[in-house]
Amino acid sequence: MKASLERLTERANDEDLLDVAYTTSDSPFGPLLLAATPRGLVKLGLPGHDPETVLEDLASRISPRVLEAPARLEQTRRELDLYFEGKLTEFALPLDWQLSRDFRRRALREIDRIPYGKTRSYTEIARGAGNERAVRAAGTACGANPIPIVVPCHRVLRSGGALGGYGGGLPMKEALLKLEGIL
Amino acid sequence: MTALPPFQTLLDEHAGDVMGVLRGAVGRGDAEDCFQETFLAALQAYPKLRDASNLRGWLLTIAHRKAIDHHRASGRRAVPVAEVVEVAVSDPEPDDGIWEKVGGLPPKQRAAVALRYGSDLPHSEIAAALGCSPEAARRSLHEGIKRLRRELA
Repeated sequence: MKASLERLTERANDEDLLDVAYTTSDSPFGPLLLAATPRGLVKLGLPGHDPETVLEDLASRISPRVLEAPARLEQTRRELDLYFEGKLTEFALPLDWQLSRDFRRRALREIDRIPYGKTRSYTEIARGAGNERAVRAAGTACGANPIPIVVPCHRVLRSGGALGGYGGGLPMKEALLKLEGIL
Repeated sequence: MTALPPFQTLLDEHAGDVMGVLRGAVGRGDAEDCFQETFLAALQAYPKLRDASNLRGWLLTIAHRKAIDHHRASGRRAVPVAEVVEVAVSDPEPDDGIWEKVGGLPPKQRAAVALRYGSDLPHSEIAAALGCSPEAARRSLHEGIKRLRRELA
């Protein structure tokens, strides 16, 4: 049965019937859920977020053609492994931004430009996204980041240097900042 | 209208049943091809499916159609001996060759038996899968069982 299912996933991929491919990947923080469209990585589910709920959400927002297909996420998994080992400072994998719109997407694109080992304030992100006064909205954009770690919202701090918040919990944000030599 | 769950859920929950029905309907040798065709067709149609309340019945209906297509295409081949031998060697489940016998039944009876005993479906769902009344489904099942009993006696 396993071989039949693998063949099916392969054929679905070849015939453009696989709209969202997903897999889980181990990390120092627990299992991550990785999901990609043909355009690129669209969602990274942090530990503590129920994978079933995440997949249901993707099914309704992108396409119900959601299949477990680890092969489509090999590069993502490899880059993440290297990142957690401290051997990769810039992700090269393609991203699909379709889950974020308007100001949020601009804010996340801004966050995506923060270099490894550097931080920005929520105010700077708001300014970069075109509205300096939308600091709170910049914070919301961070909280709603569909692709954390790869789009490094952990590098965004409060203006005074306080940590702010993190979808994966503050200990994880702290650990990522330590990994990058910021803390 | 219920939201469509991720397609992977359909595989996790129903792939085994679909394979079981197809083995009953077309034999082990050809079940794999029909299985692929069934799920690719399902995947193709899935985003436009309007009613997600009976996904299992929907899949089994497609499987049934694929089995019929298969039989039409191959013109009801007589059971090839080589296939039977291959099954006997590779089959991990001791089923006394009963499914080969089921495979020899007329199409409606074969499908009814496979859906009832391969997939444990109630009469109403067998009827839905076959596109006939529950009464007709019951009759096909009854005829199929009677015939199997005769052949096994």
